Amino acid sequence: MAHAATARPPKIMTLEEGLYAGFLAVLALFCLLVAGKAHDTPMSVHGVMGAAMAFIGLFLIVKHYLERPYEPVPQEIGGLPNYNMGPVRFATIAAVFWGVAGFAAGVYIAFQLAFPVLNFDLSFLSFGRLRPLHTSAVIFAFGGNVLIGTSLYVVQRTSRVRMLGEITPWVVVLGYNAFIVIAATGYLMGVTQSKEYAEPEWYADLWLTIVWVLYLVVFAGTVMRRRESHIYVANWFYLAFIITIAMLHIINNLTIPVSVFSSKSYIAWSGVQDAMIQWWYGHNAVGFFLTAGFLAIMYYFVPKRAERPIYSYRLSIVHFWALIFLYIWAGPHHLHYTSLPQWASTLGMTFSVMLWMPSWGGMINGLMTLSGAWDKLRTDPVIRMLVVSIAFYGMSTFEGPLMSVRAVNSLSHYTDWTIGHVHSGALGWVGFISFGAIYCLVPWLWNKKELYSLRLVNWHFWTATIGIVLYITSMWVSGILQGLMWRAYNDFGFLEYSFIETVEAMHPFYVIRALGGVLFLIGGLIMAFNVWMTIRAGEAVDVEAAAPAPAAA
Amino acid sequence: MAEKEIDAVSGVETTGHEWDGLKELNNPLPRWWLWIFYATVVYAVVYWILMPAWPLVNGYTPGLLGDSQRREGEIAYEEVVAQRSELGQEIASADLAAINADAGMLEFATAQGQAAFGDNCAPCHGSAATGSPGYPNLQDDAWIWGGSLDQIYHTIAHGIRSDDPDTRMGEMTAFGDMGILDRAQIRDVTAYVRTLSGQAPASNADAEAGKQIFADNCAVCHGEAGTGNQELGAPNLTDQIWLYGGDTETIQTTIQHGRAGVMPPWVTRLDPTTVKSLAVYVHGLGGGQ
Repeated sequence: MAHAATARPPKIMTLEEGLYAGFLAVLALFCLLVAGKAHDTPMSVHGVMGAAMAFIGLFLIVKHYLERPYEPVPQEIGGLPNYNMGPVRFATIAAVFWGVAGFAAGVYIAFQLAFPVLNFDLSFLSFGRLRPLHTSAVIFAFGGNVLIGTSLYVVQRTSRVRMLGEITPWVVVLGYNAFIVIAATGYLMGVTQSKEYAEPEWYADLWLTIVWVLYLVVFAGTVMRRRESHIYVANWFYLAFIITIAMLHIINNLTIPVSVFSSKSYIAWSGVQDAMIQWWYGHNAVGFFLTAGFLAIMYYFVPKRAERPIYSYRLSIVHFWALIFLYIWAGPHHLHYTSLPQWASTLGMTFSVMLWMPSWGGMINGLMTLSGAWDKLRTDPVIRMLVVSIAFYGMSTFEGPLMSVRAVNSLSHYTDWTIGHVHSGALGWVGFISFGAIYCLVPWLWNKKELYSLRLVNWHFWTATIGIVLYITSMWVSGILQGLMWRAYNDFGFLEYSFIETVEAMHPFYVIRALGGVLFLIGGLIMAFNVWMTIRAGEAVDVEAAAPAPAAA
Repeated sequence: MAEKEIDAVSGVETTGHEWDGLKELNNPLPRWWLWIFYATVVYAVVYWILMPAWPLVNGYTPGLLGDSQRREGEIAYEEVVAQRSELGQEIASADLAAINADAGMLEFATAQGQAAFGDNCAPCHGSAATGSPGYPNLQDDAWIWGGSLDQIYHTIAHGIRSDDPDTRMGEMTAFGDMGILDRAQIRDVTAYVRTLSGQAPASNADAEAGKQIFADNCAVCHGEAGTGNQELGAPNLTDQIWLYGGDTETIQTTIQHGRAGVMPPWVTRLDPTTVKSLAVYVHGLGGGQ
């Protein structure tokens, strides 16, 4: 050992390693300072957690530096790109974990709505705190990890190049999950900005901004050094998602903290302008996070699994630009019949209606890609999952414009119909396309021939599908019933039903919804088991056929 | 690289590019898709021409129809007010007995009272007005403060033990907490109270001794026979209808700590017509006297 050390020139820490190590060291100390001087308990707790996570990050970088070979990681091995799949593997596992956690939280609060006694009079189990925990866990933790994981996989494969940076991709993946942990524990302690889908407070937002900019750097940097002359369609969608989410996140979270040592902040916007910016953010979180990002997944994994070309290049271009241009206007449809001026409401509605076909462009391209391979629906449950997700995408992107029409919205708004609509998109589209992508990715990432069990995928498919059907049909009935009861007047011009009577009428549907959620959760658990067994016990790909493993120096 | 080829399965030309084994066909845009997209654009443009749509420097394009959702809302509100006005005005000036006697006014007051009850009273008394521990059942004919129209009106309007100057006052004394009765006495008087409504006394208590304690301490409000006094809001103890509960433990708790539940005054929260209608509605629930 001593010989080797003297024989070689000293190992140099790269600039990337040094900068992140220094930054994390400063951050850890600053977090400790905040923890000590915090005005409130949550800030103190988060200060300690932040310091701990920064120290762990610092430790990992130093460990990496000490253990890595002297030479930089080769960009290519034997003429083939030396893909960096570690961060992708982490994000895939994290997605499965957060998915199951988020579904479980959803099931629990669904039962709370049916049986309020289940909050046990504990503040941290109350619906108001668990609801953002559920939405953030499924959208940002599950969906976000799926998006980050698949995007870093797809951008490398379709650019035929190792992704940019060695430490940075890990900072993106681990930093993003650290954000999730801070946000989730904050909700349980009552820390919230009270903005739907933007609940995390200023310090979590600030950290996410750093992580997200690094994500953009890694992604765009990889695209820029691609070995293909054209950028693959999935990467357009990923890029649109990353850039737009950065813009939305920053503008909707422009808050002024009460103090650096306080978890509380106040938003720069006021009144209806704040409401408008919130729903400009909120709807485009749907548009760019849950639609554009997952369309990117579709554009890679559907043709890959079906082994067929994309149906229409022209359609992909036209619907991409139409989607990007139109989506950003649609937010005001969340604020019909409020103090928002009518003209803004009109624009939100008409742009939502125009959005119908651009959304369906993605559905057509996804479904028609299967032409010539429809027989795989019978034989491959993963393809079935992907196809049904596209069908749900088509259904909810028709329902959305319909509900944005003011006359429809006057009935549907504030009712369970909205919840049903969101979940047909979330469970059907986002959930199933993610499950399909995970089922494809896991064998590829861990060099396995196939999944541990395709029969279990089939079981997952059917339990989850029945769960979704129970969920959305019960919410349709409940929502429309609720809307009609709210607006029913008697002959003398008095309301026919009191609010509590409408709540009582919802009870059976809330029970059905919760049971649908249980089925969906069971599906998620089946997937987690299948993924675990594939990694643990799946049959390895033949060494001959496998891509050469990165050579250790 | 960009050499186009024909996909064997569909017979369609590809774009000639390939990424990680993925290719793209060059199918044209589906016609139906394009035409529906154009139709939605036309719909939007027509909508913009007809309705308020685009912001200007000072104001917005009002649209040819001159539509205003604010005015529509006002019109809808005025319609409801007009619908309610005729009978509503009669109710405002009529006394409770007259309202109760007139079929038209009674129907109106019941409709208004039911709506107001659901939003204001149901949270405590239940949407079926059957009450819950501490909140009386309004469907039965056991009244703590009286079940006539005027008595019900007074209770609703001014509340019970509220901050209203005309509120109903009087409370159950905390005999145990104030040191008036000791544990054994409370046990005995509880046993006696249970016999008043025909329930078995607890086996370890002396109901006969309780009878004397009752006469000395309780009869002043609840009456010699325990039939209560509506002037003081002292419930009838002989009817097996209990505000807090008639089991031994609950009665002991009531005597030990006293009771002083509150009902808010509604005359300051609701308009006078609504309070009247509520009184008529509650009176008509089944227990009105």
